[in-house]
Amino acid sequence: MLINQIGYYSLILGLLLSVLLCGVSIKDFNNSSKQINQKVLSLSFLQLVFVIVSFVSLIFSFINSDFSNETVFNNSHTTKPLFYKISGTWGNHEGSLLLWLLVLTLFIFLFLIKSKQQPKKYRILTLLFQQIIIIGFFLFVLLTSNPFNYLFPIPNEGLGLNPILQDPALAIHPPILYLGYVGTSIIFSSSLAAVTQNYVSKEWSQHIKKWVLVSWIFLTLGIMLGSIWAYYELGWGGFWFWDPVENVSLMPWLTLTALLHCIAVLERRSALTSWVIILSITTFTLSMCGTFLVRSGILNSVHTFANDPARGIFILIFLFVLITLSLGIFFFFHKENNKNSNNFFWLSRETSILINNWFMMYFLSVVLIGTVYPIFLDVISNEKISVGPPFYQKLIVPFLIPFLLFMSLGPRLKWIKSKIENKNSLIITFIISVMLTFFILKNLTTDLLFYTVLVSVAFFLLFTTLKELFIKKFYNISQTVAHFGFSLLILSILFNSILSSEIITNIKIGEKYNYNKSEIFLKKTEERKESNFNAIIGHFEIKDQSGKIIELKPEIRVYNQPVIITSEADIKTTLLDDKFLAMNLVKGNEYFNIRYQVKPFMVWIWISVLLLSLGGLMSLFKKKYEK
Amino acid sequence: MYGKKVKLRFIFLALILSSVILTVFLILQSLKENVVYFQSPSEIKSLIELEKKKIRVGGMVKEQSVIINSNEVNFIITDFKNEINVIYSGAVPNLFAEGKGVVAEGFLKDKNYFRATKILAKHDENYMPPEVKEAIGDK
Repeated sequence: MLINQIGYYSLILGLLLSVLLCGVSIKDFNNSSKQINQKVLSLSFLQLVFVIVSFVSLIFSFINSDFSNETVFNNSHTTKPLFYKISGTWGNHEGSLLLWLLVLTLFIFLFLIKSKQQPKKYRILTLLFQQIIIIGFFLFVLLTSNPFNYLFPIPNEGLGLNPILQDPALAIHPPILYLGYVGTSIIFSSSLAAVTQNYVSKEWSQHIKKWVLVSWIFLTLGIMLGSIWAYYELGWGGFWFWDPVENVSLMPWLTLTALLHCIAVLERRSALTSWVIILSITTFTLSMCGTFLVRSGILNSVHTFANDPARGIFILIFLFVLITLSLGIFFFFHKENNKNSNNFFWLSRETSILINNWFMMYFLSVVLIGTVYPIFLDVISNEKISVGPPFYQKLIVPFLIPFLLFMSLGPRLKWIKSKIENKNSLIITFIISVMLTFFILKNLTTDLLFYTVLVSVAFFLLFTTLKELFIKKFYNISQTVAHFGFSLLILSILFNSILSSEIITNIKIGEKYNYNKSEIFLKKTEERKESNFNAIIGHFEIKDQSGKIIELKPEIRVYNQPVIITSEADIKTTLLDDKFLAMNLVKGNEYFNIRYQVKPFMVWIWISVLLLSLGGLMSLFKKKYEK
Repeated sequence: MYGKKVKLRFIFLALILSSVILTVFLILQSLKENVVYFQSPSEIKSLIELEKKKIRVGGMVKEQSVIINSNEVNFIITDFKNEINVIYSGAVPNLFAEGKGVVAEGFLKDKNYFRATKILAKHDENYMPPEVKEAIGDK
């Protein structure tokens, strides 16, 4: 109970510090000294400490199952394992907002210590813009979603955490994703500050690039964790469902990727300044919109914990203020720097990056419209529709062909003016890719022409990046690794979707199900009791064409608090394929509904995303940008 | 004539404009084809022409209507005014049960028969898709 009070009052103190911090830094702004007043740094640190105290006290309430706290009561239960008590802290609306706030204050403090070489006025302005966001979030937490609401009389038992959220991947998914989301707030504040100070320059881009990379890496990893979780927990056997909530995390990723490429142009050529600023603003807006769409209850999904219109309206107003403010600043202060735009040539690195940006914007508009259109239609005409995966596939997959092609050629071009070198070896690589693809796919797919072209360009990118890796070992290795990872990602996804096979059937204990020379046999079921759930475990034997037998033990879990049934798929992973078996219960029936899938190269999807982030990481730790 | 820079600007603008138009056109076009509408059993009954496109039907699974054999699941979706028979071969979500809300996606065979290609997963016992809530009228 005391802990609750501590948490609550530290939040209020944190908010007061925000106001104080604004006052002190505005005073410091006109001070003639070269460095920021030490007071500002200490205040920012103090603010971080208060938010940490508040967050830690919420964690303590969760660990102690202190049900006088409403958030704990709604989302925890005494029988829950300790690990999930802790992760339950950010597995709900209030706690996750507190986490947002924590990362916001953490990042601005890190920004202040990491940017000592930057001009003082620019740093102070960044701090001010960031404080506006922070104040907004403080108010949001305190007014609409206080995590420390007091409950009386104190209940004996909590309501429990949604069991599908009780999972290791999902325990770390929100913090990682938030590090990415909130990282974009620094980019937002700092680009606004840079615009007002007319400081959108090479120096600025070198320094802000680190932040872009950090956010990008975390966002990439966060999205991956979410999709790993969906893959084995939701029991549908896919890893990406084009669910609105997934889309909402993909959108800032797309603009952030565009920004990552664009900032290199700014760094090398001092061009595209307005575009960089617009991208920074858009990225943060999309991150905020993501929070808005997920938290306001507009989207129906696992992630929607709250359904409170007041929250939605608050975020909407806040978002509106931020967008107006940023656009106002952009149009009022921004001066296009025209020094460099005269020597422009079509065949150059700049053009290839512009092409990359074009594709990113195209993918963004597809995802954005697909996500927002149903909401829009519901509001204006009350018609309920849903936009399914075919929409996205149809609009995105064909465009991957030119995208991958440009991606293989673009990085080989030089800045300003260039010509394509080693034409012959490129053509040979391309022919090899086409032939290889044709032989692999010959008997596998119905739409041979389309897939041959698509897979060939993916192979082409794979080979060109591989060659780069081995021949010019240290020439911009981070970019090559990331692009290699991307080609591997596309290839694994394509082969995965072309070669996957699925069997869905109903089966009784002791029954065998035969299909083209393979056999699924349900030997028996057993029951197991855990503190927070009872499980029915199915023992399956699966014999494949070659007669090899594997055993899979999927579970059906009946959680007690709250009462929810989940399926835990059992997955045997090898480098070549995943064998995935999920079992469902049909109430009052002796049949189990099972779903058996063979998914080739599944693990390579995760590996390639890791490679992609590794590329980002290497770039982050590189001392100097490539020659 | 105009300078090189003006010309370049012009080309850029033209490129951006045309790609925006193309994008919007493409997206709208495939939205039209890929949107799935939601209908309640009563709405289906009142249809004049049978829909050929994929639709979603939602309502309650009628009590005592679920029949399962080794490759098919049959049940009836009702909105307490009208009902429709559903045939489905595939995986049902865990919370699929008699007397609970359900959303099925698939094609109409006629006004009384619906071949489902997907039964949508839901996540907890008390949750009901808003469409279903509306279809059976706040119950």
